[in-house]
Amino acid sequence: MTDERGIISVADRKRPLVRHGLPAIQVLLFVGVVIAGVGPLLWLLKSGLSTSQDILRGPMQLWPSGIQWQNIPDAWTRVQIGSYLGNTAIIAIGSLLSTLFVCTTGAFVLSVLRPKWGPVVTGAVLATLFLPGVISLVPLYLTILKMPVLGFNLQNTFWAVWLPQAAGAFNILVMKRYFDSIPRELIEAARIDGASNLRLFTSLVLPLSKPIVGVVALLTVIGSWKDYLWPLLVLPDPRLQPISVALPRVAATTEISLQMSALFLAVLIPVVLFLVFQKQFLKGVGMSGGIKE
Amino acid sequence: MSLLRTPQSGRSGIRSLATWYRSGGLSAIVFALPLVLTFLYFSWSPIVRGLVLSFQKNNLVTTPEWVGLANFSYVLTDPQLPQATVNTLYFALLALIFGFPVPLFLAVFISELRSAGWLYNVISYLPAVVPPVAAILLWKFFYDPSGAGVFNSILGWFGLGPFAWLNSPDLAMPAIVLEATWAGAGATSIIYLAALTGVRTELYEAAELDGAGIWKRVWHVTLPQIRGIILIMMLLQLIGTFQVFTEPFLFTGGGPDNATTTILLLIYRYAFINGDFGAATALSVLLAGVLCVLSVVYHLLTRRWSIT
Repeated sequence: MTDERGIISVADRKRPLVRHGLPAIQVLLFVGVVIAGVGPLLWLLKSGLSTSQDILRGPMQLWPSGIQWQNIPDAWTRVQIGSYLGNTAIIAIGSLLSTLFVCTTGAFVLSVLRPKWGPVVTGAVLATLFLPGVISLVPLYLTILKMPVLGFNLQNTFWAVWLPQAAGAFNILVMKRYFDSIPRELIEAARIDGASNLRLFTSLVLPLSKPIVGVVALLTVIGSWKDYLWPLLVLPDPRLQPISVALPRVAATTEISLQMSALFLAVLIPVVLFLVFQKQFLKGVGMSGGIKE
Repeated sequence: MSLLRTPQSGRSGIRSLATWYRSGGLSAIVFALPLVLTFLYFSWSPIVRGLVLSFQKNNLVTTPEWVGLANFSYVLTDPQLPQATVNTLYFALLALIFGFPVPLFLAVFISELRSAGWLYNVISYLPAVVPPVAAILLWKFFYDPSGAGVFNSILGWFGLGPFAWLNSPDLAMPAIVLEATWAGAGATSIIYLAALTGVRTELYEAAELDGAGIWKRVWHVTLPQIRGIILIMMLLQLIGTFQVFTEPFLFTGGGPDNATTTILLLIYRYAFINGDFGAATALSVLLAGVLCVLSVVYHLLTRRWSIT
C-alpha cells in the first residue's frame, strides 16, 4: 500500500473535507467528461435516426417523433458513404504499408548496418523534424503535379497520399531508437551464424520490434484517417476522395437528416475500433508522448 | 583489427570492393533506398524548392522567372496580413488558455483514481477518435445561431442567449477554439498521464511529513516532475496552433469579416485560389522562420527557467 500511494494519502482520506469533497469532485468531473465525450455522439446517433424537421425544430428533445431507420441505408446509397469509407480505408492501409516499409528498412540501415554515410542520413532526417510542415506544403503539391526527373503526375492517384506519408522523420527516429536498444550481441551472433542482412532484418530485428511497429502503425492509421487538407489538394476526383474530404461537400447539398446519418456512419467505425482496441490505443498515444520527450 | 586489414594499394582496389560487397555494403544501399528516395522526393527537395519558389514568380502556366524579394514585399504589404497575424496569435493564445490547463488537471486527477481511472480515460479520449472533419461539421450545427440551435437551446434553459456564435466576429474565434480544445484535450491528457506514472511517489510522503497540503503537493511535487513534458507539449501546441487550417477553413472559411482568417488560410488562398505559388511559399517561409525563431527562444528561456 505504501508504494502504491498517490498525492492524497490515507491520512488525508480520513479528513472530512477530503472524504466528502473528493467523491463530489469525482462525480462532477465524471458528469462533465460524459457530457463532453459521450454527449455529442449520442446526440449524433439520435439525430441520425430522426427526420430533418425533428433535428431543426427541437435539437435538444430527448426522443424524436419517430425512429427513421431508413436514414442509414439512404445515407449509404444516396450519399455513397460506403464508397468514401472504402477510399478512406484504402488510403489508411496504403499509408500504413508505405510508412512501415520505409521506416523499418531505413531504421535498419541507420541503426543496425551503420554504414559510413549513416550519420549524414540520420542528420538530414533529423533536420526535417525541426522544420514546420507549412514550408513544404505548396512545393510538395507541385512535386505531386509533376514528379521531378520522372515527369509524371500523381494527382488523382492514391500514391499522392501514400508516398509523402512515408517521409515522416518522427517515425524513422522512433523506430531507429527502438532498434538501437536491441542488444548488439544478438546481431553479432546472428552474423557469425552466417545470416545475411535480409535475414537479419526479417528474422531477428522485425520480430523483436513488434511493439514499436504496432505503435507506429496505429499512429499512422489514425493520422491518415484524420487528414483533410492534403487529400483535398491531391484528390480532386470525388470518386477517390476519403470521407473527410467528401463530407463537407456532401453536407452542402444534402438534407440535414441524411447529413447527420452520414456523419454518424463516418464516426461509428473509428469509435468502435477505439472501444475494441482501447488498451493498445491509449498505450500507443501515451508512448508517443514519452518519445517526444 | 588493424593487423587484419590489408594495406591499401592499387592492386587491392578490386579486392576491397569485393570485401565491401561481401560485408553487405551493397545491401546497405539497397535497404537505404526507400528512405532516401521518399525523403528526397517528399521532404528534402520540397523544402529546398520552397526556398527557391519564394524568390520566383510561378503560376504553373508561364515559365518561372526570378523576381528577387518581390514575393516577400507583396506578402508583407498585403492588407490582410496584419489581421491574419493577429487572428493566428489570438487563436494560439485562446488555445493556450482553454486547452492547456484542462488536460493537465484531468490527467493529475485521473492518476489519483486507482481503479476507475481507465473509464475517465476512455471517455475523455473519445472526441479524439472522431475524425476532425466530422467533429467540425457536427459542431457547426451545434453553433446554429437561431434560438433552436443546440447550444442556444441549452443556454436558453438558463435564460441566456441566443448567441450568433460563428456569425459574430467576436465569438467566432472562441467558438472555434472551444471545439479544437474539445477535440484535443483527451489525447494531451493521455500523454501527461503517461508522464505522471514516472513521478516518484516517495516525495509525496516527504512533502506530507513537512506539512504540505494536497494542492501544495500537486504544485511543488507533481508538476515540477513532469515539467519537461509540459514544456514540450506547450511548444508543440504553439507550433500546431500557428499552423491551424482545417478548423477555420471548415467552420467559417475565414469569416465573418475576416475575423477568423489565419496565416495558413492566407497561404491556401494565395496558392490554390489565386494560383500565385511564389507568394504562397514566401509566406510559408516567413511563417516557418518565425516558428524556428520561436522554438529557439522558447528553448533558451525555459532552459534558464528550469535551471533556477
